[in-house]
Amino acid sequence: MSRVTRFAARDPGPAARMAGFMAHLRDGGLRLGVQQTKMALCALTHLDASSPRLARAALRAVCTGCHDEVRRFDALFDAYWMNMGRVRQKVVPKSDSPTGSDSVRTSRRTAEIDQRSPGHLTSPDDGQEESAGDGQGQLSATAARNLHQCDLRDLVDAADIAEAEAVARRLGSALRDRLSRRRVASRKGMGLHFRRTIRRNLATGGEPIHLIRKFRPERERFIVTLCDVSGSMQVYARVFLAFIAGLMRANPAADSYLFHTRLVRVTEALRDKDAMRAIGRMSLMADGFGGGTKIGECLGHFARTYARSLVNGRTVVIVFSDGFDTSPPAILEAALAKLRKRGCRIVWLNPLRGWQDYQPVAAGMAAALPSLDLFAPANTLDDLAALERRLVRL
Amino acid sequence: MLLTCGTGMTWTALQLALAEQNYVATDDLAVGLHLALSLERPLLVEGAAGVGKTELAQVLAAVQKTSLLRLQCYEGIDSTQAIYEWNYQRQLLAIRAASEAGESGRVVEERIFSRDYLLERPLLQAITQDTSPVLLIDEIDRADEEFEAFLLEILAQYQITIPELGTIAAKSIPVVILTSNGTRDLSDALRRRCLYVYVDYPDRATELAILRANCPDIEFNLSDQIVRFVQNLRKEELEKVPGIAETLDFAAALIGLGVADLTDDPVALHQSMLALLKTQLDRSQIPPEVAVRLVGNAA
Repeated sequence: MSRVTRFAARDPGPAARMAGFMAHLRDGGLRLGVQQTKMALCALTHLDASSPRLARAALRAVCTGCHDEVRRFDALFDAYWMNMGRVRQKVVPKSDSPTGSDSVRTSRRTAEIDQRSPGHLTSPDDGQEESAGDGQGQLSATAARNLHQCDLRDLVDAADIAEAEAVARRLGSALRDRLSRRRVASRKGMGLHFRRTIRRNLATGGEPIHLIRKFRPERERFIVTLCDVSGSMQVYARVFLAFIAGLMRANPAADSYLFHTRLVRVTEALRDKDAMRAIGRMSLMADGFGGGTKIGECLGHFARTYARSLVNGRTVVIVFSDGFDTSPPAILEAALAKLRKRGCRIVWLNPLRGWQDYQPVAAGMAAALPSLDLFAPANTLDDLAALERRLVRL
Repeated sequence: MLLTCGTGMTWTALQLALAEQNYVATDDLAVGLHLALSLERPLLVEGAAGVGKTELAQVLAAVQKTSLLRLQCYEGIDSTQAIYEWNYQRQLLAIRAASEAGESGRVVEERIFSRDYLLERPLLQAITQDTSPVLLIDEIDRADEEFEAFLLEILAQYQITIPELGTIAAKSIPVVILTSNGTRDLSDALRRRCLYVYVDYPDRATELAILRANCPDIEFNLSDQIVRFVQNLRKEELEKVPGIAETLDFAAALIGLGVADLTDDPVALHQSMLALLKTQLDRSQIPPEVAVRLVGNAA
């Protein structure tokens, strides 16, 4: 293979480069093991690996596992293999586009930029040996930054998350009801499970001595959280972000999003094993934190895109927001109605509700009320924990 | 340099072979499939409904000239539907018959726990074929996580243990294609074991190629209009975005109605749009005048 033979003598070779690429992907948040490194190397032997296009497609097939990762992959690939690892895209998020631009898509946008000005393939023996083999520095693929960047790690600490995890776990089990419509065999139950009964009584020649019954097992509900991180919510962010981080750790099926003027899916980032690194990754995604709010647009965007595949009759959607919306309330109303049509339960937790004499007069909040299953105050983790009993009744 | 895969094809040859079966695969998909074949790994294909995920397996079976075994996943699917089950009713009858004939217990036992009394489900069938078949595990995201776990075991070992019979090892390793609509995140373990390709709605050139491959006698002008129209339609706010299957239905409907140009007859256009828009809300979103505008954009 041309790539192998053209390596300079002091270069550790393709295996080391591939291992470096895998480490780079791991830094970029992809979960990969040694097995993948091996598979990636094998994969390249089955194709013309000197073609960047094919190598990219092959490595993408091996290294990614979900759509989010596919979207991020191109930028990570460019950062490592192209332009001697010096690709550093600066993405300025367009805050005025209401639909379809959340920051996890940035890789796609940068991919378009790349097509216009293709990077050069890095080959170690083209006179640039200094930078070829053993760079130690971190390569940043997409550093989506703007002036509003705020590090959420300043707001949340690990103890908060641990505490929130416990609360989230309890809430999760409170929501875990909803009998399934399918029945499985068990010792106690309503009806007879004929197949299993016959199977069990083969030993007695088919005389039904041991009866197997069937019952409807409980099935877990999925929790989707949408957290408002606009300026007006900043004081409460600590509680909610800790709660979301805790929830994601307690419940592998949960799904979470942040929104201000745009909606960002943070599920993948929060699955990181290291809680504080997860928060760090989340803050990278939440640029624009502390700015204005477009609740209606964001929820509408959610209802149109993610909800279509992820929300069903067994989902509880929890919105953390104060309801101060800069867009017309009709948009929020339509968005919630659309979401409701998917059969989910909608819980709105409003920190302001905790104030005495609070009336939901903010136009957005008033518009949202008819579509909600539960509208409750929540300022602290204790408040969230107290929700347990009310959630059972949903 | 080794450029062949299990079928002895390069990825471009595979792409061509798929094209001969009227399946237009993007480069990414063809490379992914080629790697899945040559590395003998399952291929996980994810994407919206109607982008041709299931079709891929069918076409691949045709290209490889092998059989296609399909396991449709649903909520609550378990090993008795996916792997094997004993035919209890027949076993019972055999026991009754044997006791009347006065056979000894041991003989009866051996008979009723033989392969004759085993109902083979798709996963067991897939590994007991003489030539390696294509195994399609459709909509894996609908199955429960427990099911995913034991699917993993089979995909890793390619052998199935039946307590009464012993371990059945694979005669041939099937080509496994899993599809997912992304309704939930699959477990890391499963994703790690598979190669992954995300299939998006096709771009204009690809969709045009698909349409012409499937409706060879369509007029050049009309196919161009249809594809532009559908591509514009996908940009509208719809509940259910039309997939490729819908585009093909739409084209067939237009040909059936004898429409030669979309701009000619707004009424016929709106009527034939029932092949594209499948909910009441979507129909009301795109009244005839909007449809005409979308065609206008197209022209």
